[in-house]
Amino acid sequence: MKAFLILEDGTIFCGSSIGSDREVISEIVFNTSMTGYLEVLTDPSYAGQAVVMTYPLIGNYGICREDMESDKPWPDGFIVRELSRIPSNFRSGDTIQHFLKEYDIPGISGIDTRALTKILREKGTMNGMITTHVYEDYAEPIERIKNYQVTGVVKAASCREKYVVAGDETAFAGAARRKGAVESRAGEGKRVALLDLGAKRNIAHALAERGCQVTVYPCDTPADEILSANPDGIMLSNGPGDPKENVEIIGEIRKLYQSEIPIFAICLGHQLMALAVGADTYKLKYGHRGGNHPVKDLTAGRVYISSQNHGYAVSLESLDPQVAVPAFVNVNDGTNEGLRYVGKNIFTVQFHPEACPGPQDSGYLFDRFIEMMGGKE
Amino acid sequence: MPKNPEIKKVLVLGSGPIVIGQAAEFDYAGTQACRSLKEEGIQVVLLNSNPATIMTDKDIADQVYIEPLTAEVVEQLICKERPDSILPTLGGQAGLNLAMELEESGFLKENQVRLIGTTALTIKKAEDRELFKETMEKIHEPVAPSDIVEDVEDGLRIAAKIGYPVVLRPAYTLGGSGGGIARNPEQCREILENGLRLSRVGQVLVERCIAGWKEIEYEVMRDGAGNVITVCNMENIDPVGVHTGDSIVVAPSQTLGDKEYQMLRTSALNIITELGITGGCNVQYALNPDSFEYCVIEVNPRVSRSSALASKATGYPIAKVAAKIALGYTLDEIKNAVTKKTCACFEPMLDYCVVKMPRLPFDKFISAKRALGTQMKATGEVMSICTSFEGALMKAIRSLEQHVYGLDGYDFSELDEAGLKEQLSKVDDRRIWVIAEALRRGISYDEIFEITRIDRWFIHKLAVLVDMEQALKKEPLTAELLREAKRLEFPDTIIARLTGMSQEDIKSMRYEAGIRAAYKMVDTCAAEFAAETPYYYSCFDGNCEAKENGGKQKKKVLVLGSGPIRIGQGIEFDFCSVHSTWAFAREGYETIIINNNPETVSTDFDIADKLYFEPLTPEDVESVVDVEKPDGAVVQFGGQTAIKLTEALMKMGVPILGTAAEDVDAAEDRELFDRILEECRIPRPAGHTVFTAEEAKKAAGELGYPVLVRPSYVLGGQGMQICINDHDIDEFIGIINQIAQDHPILVDKYIVGKEIEVDAVCDGEDILIPGIMEHIERTGVHSGDSISVYPAPSITPQIEAKLVDYTERLARALHVKGMINIQFIVAGEEVFIIEVNPRSSRTVPYISKVTGIPIVPLATQVICGHTLKELGYEPGLQKKSEYIAIKMPVFSFEKIRGADISLGPEMKSTGECLGVAKTFNEALYKAFVGAGIRLPEHKNMVITVRDSEQEAAVEIARRFQNAGYRIFATRGTARVLNDHGVKALAVRKLEQESPNILDLILGHEMDLVIDIPQQGAERSRDGFIIRRNAIETGVHVLTSLDTAEALATSLENRAEELTLIDIGRL
Repeated sequence: MKAFLILEDGTIFCGSSIGSDREVISEIVFNTSMTGYLEVLTDPSYAGQAVVMTYPLIGNYGICREDMESDKPWPDGFIVRELSRIPSNFRSGDTIQHFLKEYDIPGISGIDTRALTKILREKGTMNGMITTHVYEDYAEPIERIKNYQVTGVVKAASCREKYVVAGDETAFAGAARRKGAVESRAGEGKRVALLDLGAKRNIAHALAERGCQVTVYPCDTPADEILSANPDGIMLSNGPGDPKENVEIIGEIRKLYQSEIPIFAICLGHQLMALAVGADTYKLKYGHRGGNHPVKDLTAGRVYISSQNHGYAVSLESLDPQVAVPAFVNVNDGTNEGLRYVGKNIFTVQFHPEACPGPQDSGYLFDRFIEMMGGKE
Repeated sequence: MPKNPEIKKVLVLGSGPIVIGQAAEFDYAGTQACRSLKEEGIQVVLLNSNPATIMTDKDIADQVYIEPLTAEVVEQLICKERPDSILPTLGGQAGLNLAMELEESGFLKENQVRLIGTTALTIKKAEDRELFKETMEKIHEPVAPSDIVEDVEDGLRIAAKIGYPVVLRPAYTLGGSGGGIARNPEQCREILENGLRLSRVGQVLVERCIAGWKEIEYEVMRDGAGNVITVCNMENIDPVGVHTGDSIVVAPSQTLGDKEYQMLRTSALNIITELGITGGCNVQYALNPDSFEYCVIEVNPRVSRSSALASKATGYPIAKVAAKIALGYTLDEIKNAVTKKTCACFEPMLDYCVVKMPRLPFDKFISAKRALGTQMKATGEVMSICTSFEGALMKAIRSLEQHVYGLDGYDFSELDEAGLKEQLSKVDDRRIWVIAEALRRGISYDEIFEITRIDRWFIHKLAVLVDMEQALKKEPLTAELLREAKRLEFPDTIIARLTGMSQEDIKSMRYEAGIRAAYKMVDTCAAEFAAETPYYYSCFDGNCEAKENGGKQKKKVLVLGSGPIRIGQGIEFDFCSVHSTWAFAREGYETIIINNNPETVSTDFDIADKLYFEPLTPEDVESVVDVEKPDGAVVQFGGQTAIKLTEALMKMGVPILGTAAEDVDAAEDRELFDRILEECRIPRPAGHTVFTAEEAKKAAGELGYPVLVRPSYVLGGQGMQICINDHDIDEFIGIINQIAQDHPILVDKYIVGKEIEVDAVCDGEDILIPGIMEHIERTGVHSGDSISVYPAPSITPQIEAKLVDYTERLARALHVKGMINIQFIVAGEEVFIIEVNPRSSRTVPYISKVTGIPIVPLATQVICGHTLKELGYEPGLQKKSEYIAIKMPVFSFEKIRGADISLGPEMKSTGECLGVAKTFNEALYKAFVGAGIRLPEHKNMVITVRDSEQEAAVEIARRFQNAGYRIFATRGTARVLNDHGVKALAVRKLEQESPNILDLILGHEMDLVIDIPQQGAERSRDGFIIRRNAIETGVHVLTSLDTAEALATSLENRAEELTLIDIGRL
């Protein structure tokens, strides 16, 4: 079946429908990772967005459900050049075609994804519609497309109830770790409270694997509840949408900041912490989504290749250097990639040390967090 | 970390002559690195024995030495030039081994020369099998169970312990020389005996056979601060067991999930970190297709063929960045040369698919075994880029220039199902065509996978192509079907054949439906950032990014490259293409290169104003022409590949710059050419143009045997043979017709004489001849396989005048504008023409270097309309250089099992080296040493000579005897030698009982074999077996008495100390 991608600037791409054939309007963003489409699809940070994969061949290794970063796919739509007709991998249990249908995710294939990416790069992230409907007049849908706004996604992506990450669940974590690359159990016995703002599973697992006991809290959990559990450390997760929208959560995070408990935050968590101390965030022209971004650790002077997925960034000008100082910077465009909070056991990063998909190079940050909690060397 | 200020003068080691396993990729890497060093104000001293390289140009390095790559020469050079550092990671295994030798002997330390780019310890950790294993164990990186052995019995014991099959890998050898898979003790013994001897350190690794696993490679980089990145990962379509150089390779990996991808990526980064490499490194893995189990196969702590491929596949210039790292820079301080905005510390993201295919030499070695294994056999490769895997594969197939344009290019339809399955189990160069046939017969993916161990995903992709083939045959051709066929990169020729329509019809149908090739940019970042690289590939499913430079007033020239490196068309044509491109740029042209060879300098994105990485077929070229609308094309510099496109370009309306198309045709078309010779009153060996074997035999009868038979439009003597009787003619014409031939066959009288070669530049009026070259071997040996001497040592002034006169007459008659290459035979006082090429030739780079005349730039300027006089050159034969330059062919026979090594009119050498000196003897000695012919102390040799030349062999044998050789010969030859007072020991012939001649060779008792076989097809089988076994046991074999004589001369004149010559100062 024919499908169309209509952008708010009036550009129309014609391709084939994949997954669900329902019509959807969303924010269109592109991801440059060459592997990890399932991890991308199940990353809750994509709630409210439709993802374009710049790598043209998607679905080659099928669906390995144990690699899912949450219970279900989150993007509103999925845009690819070509879906593999057969999957081939020893762990594959399904095809991507079926997976998209199963979760009712609409998508389009057979379009020039590079041309689309260039539009998004030049004009910035914009809204679009994926539809199988043939419009005679595009003015009406384009008006609807323009009016679309991403809202309420954190709440939607967060868990409803508090739960404890089971130890045995860690068995599924990254294949490389299974090879014995990480044998540190330095976090043995440390209790971490993870505030789920739309968390990827691997954040909890990266901690659990190091021996931590992780309790996951819904995004709207009052700070007092977390503090009263007296955790050794607090982890703020990644998540979707415009950080400034989360006014109440920011208020609670301010309380966490005021406690003496060590805090480590990733992505949205990083942005919310900055907002909590009075800094500002802004929307990037087209964001960073992929697995190849260099970030420089300003303390060590080393550069790490990181996994990224964010459309907003913390504005350094708005930051009080008495409160927090840059700890990481993006080598490509100089945007902030991490903060160290002055006089506090708090550090936050914009990128994704939990990887999945993408490079595992910055996994050492979890060890740093454990050290901060007083974990053994 | 800023640049290390102590590094001021760097010695760069090249990789020497092109051999299988070490080809043009090191010229690409070396050239890029030298330019990168010079950018930083570093003085560069370059050493490479290969004159056909761009790196040995005086504008690439400050001091250029084309001298043998031996430890003695490097030591002498260090004493002479006093570099403070040596960069050994660019010259392949040859360069690395050489640096290690000097490091181990303490010479570098004594002379205060530091190794930059990598430390000796790093090289040892990566290259020494035992140390490597220990290092891997230390960081928990798995390697296949294995052990190092130093003798055969030990090896057999270990193999039994690990369990057969085992892989045997000799330490410190090129392209897996001497290695192999042994399935039983007999095979194991055989390979061990060989491998132990070929290894520089007498070690062989015996290892668990992981054949059938996926083979994955990572190209990683590290700087002095410890920053690490992955440039590219690649997946071999062929499972472990086929050398990666012979595998079809795809980038990025296609069948790995993120978990596998990151697992191996992390491993590769851990390895480069542990080894402490500063620069680039290649890590090869075997990955179990049924689990996460993997093992590290090999680590190359240097640039390699794979790194060249990775650079071209991603746009990330590994050698350039490695050179900067060697100077002390960190990755984040180095600019991304493609985006010019971001830095080199990132990982390229591809939004396309890249396929590399090897160019195998089985068209040249018809008798060779086509089987592929751990010993690399490919002479070159092609790369293609497309938005789909199918498209990239189809483009790669036609880039190979093997008359095959799709998956129906080799016919296996006559095999029954059992035969087909048997064929599937044989791994050879036609394996994907066999799979295609299996798919046509409906054999399941699973069954094909079980036999071939090629991942089902790739099998499925081949099935997509086979399905399209069937659809085109059976279904009516709708615009939609045509669009899909083009998306899969079916060329119009194939679509026409399958649909039964004409090519013209297909083309007009395409144009009507708006189905045209569009060009996308290779930008390292999947369009995330705006890039400035003018590096393009085509696809049929997108919009076009290549735009005409609106408003720019520059004229545009299309430079056609020479495609994959193969025997007969090597790196020298890349040298010519690149120099021509630079010269056009200086003339104010906008330059556009089309080429598909990832190993070369011409496909580096900063050589021309625009690079199109595309096949060199008329349709692919026309698509580029449609977009670029060049003002002209130049075909003189890209070898026969470019020349063959002349007619097609003319039809497209693209003016041919330089010699006109009809004159190119006149030189190639026998009848037209004969007419011109007649007009010029230049004699040529009598001959006829024929089409059938019957006509050929009739012609031969008239001319009298022996005759030379060859197809017109030849490449490196392809399909050329000396025939001594009717039977030979039948056999050769049969072979010629197997290789699709649209052109007639030439039958010429074979004249024995001296071969002379001339390259000249003509501006339409005046002719400049840089020099005259003479071959050591008489006619009958292909010019590319002959030792070539400049200036010609033995021609009289009368003959010289005649050669000049003929050259001038011909160049004028053919209206040559630019380059011409002519081959002559001198027999007594007579001069005959044997071949004219209206293009640049193999000898141009070397003659340019030794005469100091920039022949290619000069020819380019002439093509642009300048006259020689205006450019300050006096026409005519130029003054002889005071230096003698001798070009020595280098062969890769030991790599090609079953190939006949005897020299003849068909070219067989893969590369060349140069000896330059003030005297003939020293030049010759340097050339032999450079070619790796260094005869050892205890000296035994075998001579077997065909009856007709036995007398002639006596004097040569005597000279070897005087040089201290003990001579063994078969009965006939021995009797003749003894009769003439040369002491020769008679040995039994091959078919006689042991010990016979073969036992002597296999027992490693011989250092040299001179075997002069019969001419014609009916060559002795014995001789073939002797030559093959000698080559495979590492013994030098000469098959021409002329070569033998030259070697004797060289032995008699061994120089104690060589005089090193900076050719930049010639």
